[in-house]
Order: sequence, then C-alpha cells, then structure tokens
Amino acid sequence: MKRLFAKLAAILAFGLYLNATPALASSATEAALAADPVAEKRLTKLSEELRCLVCQNQNIADSNAELAQDLRREIRGMIKEGKSDKEIIDFMVARYGDFVLYRPPVQGNTLLLWVGPIALLIFGLSALIAYQRRRAARVAAEDKPLSADEASRADALLKELDNK
Amino acid sequence: MIPELGHFALILSALVALILGTLPLIGAHTNRMAWVAVARPAATAMALLVTFSFACLTQAFVANDFSVVYVAQHSNSLLPIQYRIAGVWGGHEGSLLLWILMLTWWAFLVAMLSRQLPEAMVARVLGTLGLVGFGFLLFILLTSNPFERLLPAAAEGRDLNPLLQDPGLVIHPPLLYMGYVGFSVAFAFAIAALLSGKLDAAWARWSRPWTMAAWIFLTLGIAMGSWWAYYELGWGGWWFWDPVENASFMPWLIGTALIHSLAVTEKRGSFKNWTVLLAISAFSLSLLGTFLVRSGVLTSVHAFATDPRRGIFILIFLVAVIGSSLALFAARAPKVGLGGRFGLVSRESLLLTNNVLLVVACATVLLGTLYPLLIDALGVGKISVGPPYFNAVFVPVMTPILFLMGVGPFARWKEASIPEIAKAVKWALVVGALVAIVLPLLYGQWHAMTALGLLLAAWIVATAILNFVERVRHTRAGRGFVATALSQPRTFVGMHLAHIGIAVFVVGVTMVGSYQDEKDIKLAPGQSVDVAGYHFTFNGVKAVEGPNYVAAQGDFDLAVDGKFVRKMNPEKRNYHSSAMPMTEASIDAGFLRDVYVSLGEPIDRDKPEGEWAVRVYYKPFVDWIWGGCVLMSLGGLIAMLDRRYRVRARAAAPVSAGAQQA
Repeated sequence: MKRLFAKLAAILAFGLYLNATPALASSATEAALAADPVAEKRLTKLSEELRCLVCQNQNIADSNAELAQDLRREIRGMIKEGKSDKEIIDFMVARYGDFVLYRPPVQGNTLLLWVGPIALLIFGLSALIAYQRRRAARVAAEDKPLSADEASRADALLKELDNK
Repeated sequence: MIPELGHFALILSALVALILGTLPLIGAHTNRMAWVAVARPAATAMALLVTFSFACLTQAFVANDFSVVYVAQHSNSLLPIQYRIAGVWGGHEGSLLLWILMLTWWAFLVAMLSRQLPEAMVARVLGTLGLVGFGFLLFILLTSNPFERLLPAAAEGRDLNPLLQDPGLVIHPPLLYMGYVGFSVAFAFAIAALLSGKLDAAWARWSRPWTMAAWIFLTLGIAMGSWWAYYELGWGGWWFWDPVENASFMPWLIGTALIHSLAVTEKRGSFKNWTVLLAISAFSLSLLGTFLVRSGVLTSVHAFATDPRRGIFILIFLVAVIGSSLALFAARAPKVGLGGRFGLVSRESLLLTNNVLLVVACATVLLGTLYPLLIDALGVGKISVGPPYFNAVFVPVMTPILFLMGVGPFARWKEASIPEIAKAVKWALVVGALVAIVLPLLYGQWHAMTALGLLLAAWIVATAILNFVERVRHTRAGRGFVATALSQPRTFVGMHLAHIGIAVFVVGVTMVGSYQDEKDIKLAPGQSVDVAGYHFTFNGVKAVEGPNYVAAQGDFDLAVDGKFVRKMNPEKRNYHSSAMPMTEASIDAGFLRDVYVSLGEPIDRDKPEGEWAVRVYYKPFVDWIWGGCVLMSLGGLIAMLDRRYRVRARAAAPVSAGAQQA
C-alpha cells in the first residue's frame, strides 16, 4: 500500500507539474531534470510526505495550488544542487514547522502517536490473555464439579488437618 | 408553501420521535401494554413525516425554488435533473436530513419485520431509535434548517460543487448513510437488551441480520466512495486516509468485529458484554464521524459546515448518547452470565483475537485522526498525520488478522487442537507460498511486500476452499457431493464468500501497488505513447458542450499489438459556475487491468490544438479492490438471508444445533 502511495505521488507530482505549470514544463532545465527518472522519483517521494499548507488536506504532490507548485520547483532545485533528502526535509521544517510533514517526526509531542499503536497492540493482546485466564478460572469455579483427582487431594488435605 | 409544509412535517416528526422515545420505553418498564403498543404506529408516523419532508425539499430542488437558501446554495437551473435530486444531499443541511431519513426508515423496517419479537423488546428497540431520531431532528431544526427562506429570492442558484456532479453522488451518500445509521439498530437492540436485562442468544439472533445489513451498506458505501475518488479525482488513487474516510472506516472495523462477536454470542452464549460494548461503540463511532465531519473541526474536503453551534450541539449529543449507554452498560454488565467455557485454542478464542486486533486497528486509526486535533488544542504543537503514518502502522496490525482468517473456520468451538488445524491447512500454506513465489516472478519483479500480500490472499482462498470441501465431506450422509455442497447453511457459504472477497481485495491492493505503471508526457496530435504494452495515439482535442459546462475532449486510439482496440475520450471540463477545471478520466476497465487516460492542460493555453499534458496509467487488478468489497457484501447478504433468521425465534434457541452450523 505504501508503494501505491509512492507511485501515486509520483504520478501526481509530475502530472500536476505538467498540468499546472505549462510555462515551467517548457523550460529547458526543468525538462532536463524531469527527464532524470532518479531525481524525479526523489521529488515525488519527498513531495508525497509534505503537506500543502494552503490546501484542505493534500500533499504538495497532489495539489494544484501555487504554493505546491513553488515548493515542488524548490525541491527540484535543491535536488539539482545535490542536497540530501534529510537536508531538504529539514529546510521545509525550518521554514514551515512540523505541520508540513505528513509523517510526523518522532519527538516529545508525537511520542504517544508513534508508540500508541504498538502499545495498543501489546495492551490488547495482554488483556486478551489475562481475560482468558480469569475467565477460565471463573467458569471452572462456577460450574465445574471437583475432578476425581481434586477430590482425592481435598480429602488428603482434610485428613492431614484431622491428623494434626 | 411546499417548503413550509416540509418544515412543519419535520417539526411534527420531532414531536412524534419524542413520543416514540418516551412512552414505549416507560410502558415496557412498567408493563403498560397500551404504551408499548404506541411504538409501531409512532415509528411509522415518524418515517412518513420525515419522508414527506424530504420529498418537499426534493421538490424545491426539482422546481428550482431559489427562494430556499439551501437550494440557492446547492443548485442551479442548468443542473441536470438527476443532480438536482441528488443535490438534496450535496450540502450540510440536506445530508443531515438524509441521515434522519435513513434512521426513520430503519426504524420503520424494524417495526414491520419484527412480528416474531416480544412486544416489550420491540418497544425498547423502537424507543431507543426514537430518542436518537429526536436528538437529530432537534439538531436539524435548531441549527441546520434546510427549509430556510431567502427573501428576496435569488434569480439563479450558485450551483452544486462540480466535483459532486457525478453518478457517484447519487449512490455513494445514501449507501454510506444506510450503513452508518444502520448501526443504530444494532445499538438499539443492545440498549433494549440491557434495559430488559435479557442478554441472551435470542437477542444476538435478532440483532445479527440487522447488524449484517448495516455492515453490507457500509461496505458498499465505502467501496463506492473509493471508486468514485478513483475515476473522478483524476489521480488514479483509491484511498487517501482523509479524516472523513477514516470516520467511515472506523465504524466498519468495529462493525466487522461486531458481526463476528455476535456469532459467538448467538451460538455459544459467550462474550455478551463484549458484544454489547461493540454495538455501542460502532454506533458511537458513527456519531463521532458525524461530529467530526459536521462540526468542521477537521480540515477536509468533505467538511461543508463550520458553524460552531453545530459542533457544540453534536458534541453534547455525542456525550449524552455515549455517556448514558455506557452508564447503563456499567450498571447491567456485572450481572450478565459468562456463557460456555472454552479453551485457549478454540473458535471462541480465535474470534476474540480477531476482535481485539480489529479494535486495535480501529483505535490506531482513531489515534491518528484525533492526535493532531488534540495536541493543537493543548497548544503543544501543530502536526499533520497522513498516509505515510497510517500505512506504517496499519499494515502490521492487519497482517495477523488476515492470517487468522484462514485458521478460524477450522477451529472447533470450545476446544481445538493446533496439530489438527495445522494438518488441515498445510496444503493452503503450500499453495500460498507457491503463489507468493511464482506470481511476482511472472510479473517480472519480486518484492517481499508483494509476496506477503499474495501469500495472504492465496492462503485465505485456499483455506476457504479446503474448509468448504471438508465440511461437505462430513455432512454428506450418503448424498452426492454437489447436492451436499448446495445445501450448506447460508451463513457458512456467506462467511467464506466474504472472506474470499477480502482476499480479492488484498490481491487488488497488492498488485496495483506493486506493478502499476504510468507515463506523464506532452503529446501533440498524431504522437503516441506506450505504457505496459498499451499503445495510445493522440488525435487531438475538440470542444464539447455539456448542459452546464464546456469541455475539451481528447481523442485517443488505444491499440494492443498493433491492433485497434477502442477510442478513449478523457475530458477537461470547465463548469460555468466554477473556476476550477474538472478532470474526467477515460478508463478501459478489464478483469486483469485498467488502462486509464487523463487529460492535463494544453502546454500553451492559447493553442489547444497543439501539445497537451497527458497521463496514462496501467493499473493491474485495480478493479479487484472494489470487486472484493462487492463479494464481501454479497457474502454478508447470503449469510443474512439464512433460513434460521426467518423462522419464528424459539423461546430457547438450541445452542448445540447452532454450534454445528459453523
């Protein structure tokens, strides 16, 4: 599914770049960069992770808004300058804050968000096991007559008490 | 005049709902049969009044009555008739009225189809639905009246959002709302059972078909929405983890847990409290979804309204419904019996594990949806939670569910043995492994995630077939194989069909995610492009006039191996009422793949006869995503029509007979 989204973003980024900025599309450098599939893949992967801040709930790969076009162009430029993905993301966060990231960074105020699902899973499964144990004990106590073994042990205990 | 009649009927229906929500409940509690008898007529009256009111609003749309604010905002005299009718639920007020309409129809259906139920039970179920209906009617009357007049009347309407002018609008919201609101029936049954103190197998049996019906609608509604997004938005995607999608997905997850839990409660008498809690949760999540969407607390493409009064009203309503039902639950739950015993490895145990995993999956989606709102409200940061997050956390929780889906049907009730199950399913594992290894190689690229998806899908199908064959063998008793196969209980057949639907869905998601191919290029008339062996020739663009838009329509020839297959005509539409152009993709749908052409913009805006930006996609197995959902719904429908839900409920349902019908 993740791959699907990556590919989707790829389509969107390039598609809308053509779609929305015809002037750019004909620019020689842009076209040259767009022809480089590796750079294009990086651009789409990055723009999939970034929120279009003036849109309702779209990443900058999906969005047709001017801001998204500008940011895509800017990322393209940074890729061309040889910046790493991390540098580009850091630049975006420095400019727009964490809000721009669709994959929130792991930090103090997102700890619960990232740990939550794992904690929920562990909690759910432990609660399940605990419940089953407790339930088995309650059901046994409620309606099970003593087994022959238990009865003989009980007898033995009673006898021991009597002998004391 | 007609809008006033509609408004008046709505006020009357609120009064009827109040009567329905009080007299029958009190009557059932104090044994006043005359009050109990009010339930059915009141539910019928409520449904009739709301239907009349809805018809009045529809009439205002059809007749282009722009003296009604809501109509003036969401319609236009140029709008084709089908969208004028569907436009009734194209905005906040109308979609709320549709919500209420569905609720009253469900209540009416319960009133009609519950002759075999004890009168007091019917009274409590309908009474609960009446109270819910009253809350929503009050909401619409106080904050969102769709019949408000505009004086002087507008000369022309503002038009329906072009994005909504699609057959999808005619089908998607009604299906989705039928599902959402349908869980109110499961909820009402749970509340009625808690009120009466009789949480027994009979209660579970009564509520099962209703819950299943709601689940079927919700499944189809979500699938329809996804398909609509796929062909309409022009991006070729099918799920975006948008908060509003999540709002419909959460009740689906809990509803799925609920139909499994109800099966245990009916057949084994166990998990009663848990089942009740799930029924309350499924409906509460439907309400929460309504709150999130309608209050405008989410920044989402679906949010119509941002009036704080509405948000506060729904929030109060939400707290009242959830609070009172949980209080009732807390008061009654400790007195509920445990039901039969079962071992750590047993059908019960596996179904409980399925439930826990589904609830965890739902809680995860809830966490991701609400977290940004919470930390923003607390003032500790502004963050976004999007697809990268959801994909990372959701897949690991769903994987064990898909695996256990293959094991569950082989496990016996009460006590199952792992070696026995392993022996029964070992061939399914072999088949799964083979498919996972070979199929990706046939497609040229082997990835671990692709293989995992295919392994799980093949595993589910193979185990379903093995389980079916095994059961037929054991129940033959001298009859022919086919005859025995055809006489299996519908719940059993439906279950496997629905599970196979999940497998089909997983195949679709996996294949389109792994092997989708696309090209985004500039094409001048006469030029062509190849993607995955499909050859597209662009013949140019011509202007086409629609009822309320003008479109640039592309003309493409699709060819395979040099042979012409068909014409494809994607459009770029400019609606008179909107500055935003709409993309109408052209899709050649097929069993094993879709090919999808979508028109961008002319490279030079002044020369539409020149080069155009074009996107072409090859999407293997993409229709399996929705096909799987249809199979799930079909499985649900077959299970729902099982003979045993139609016979008169016996006072004490023989548990052993039910237990054999796995």
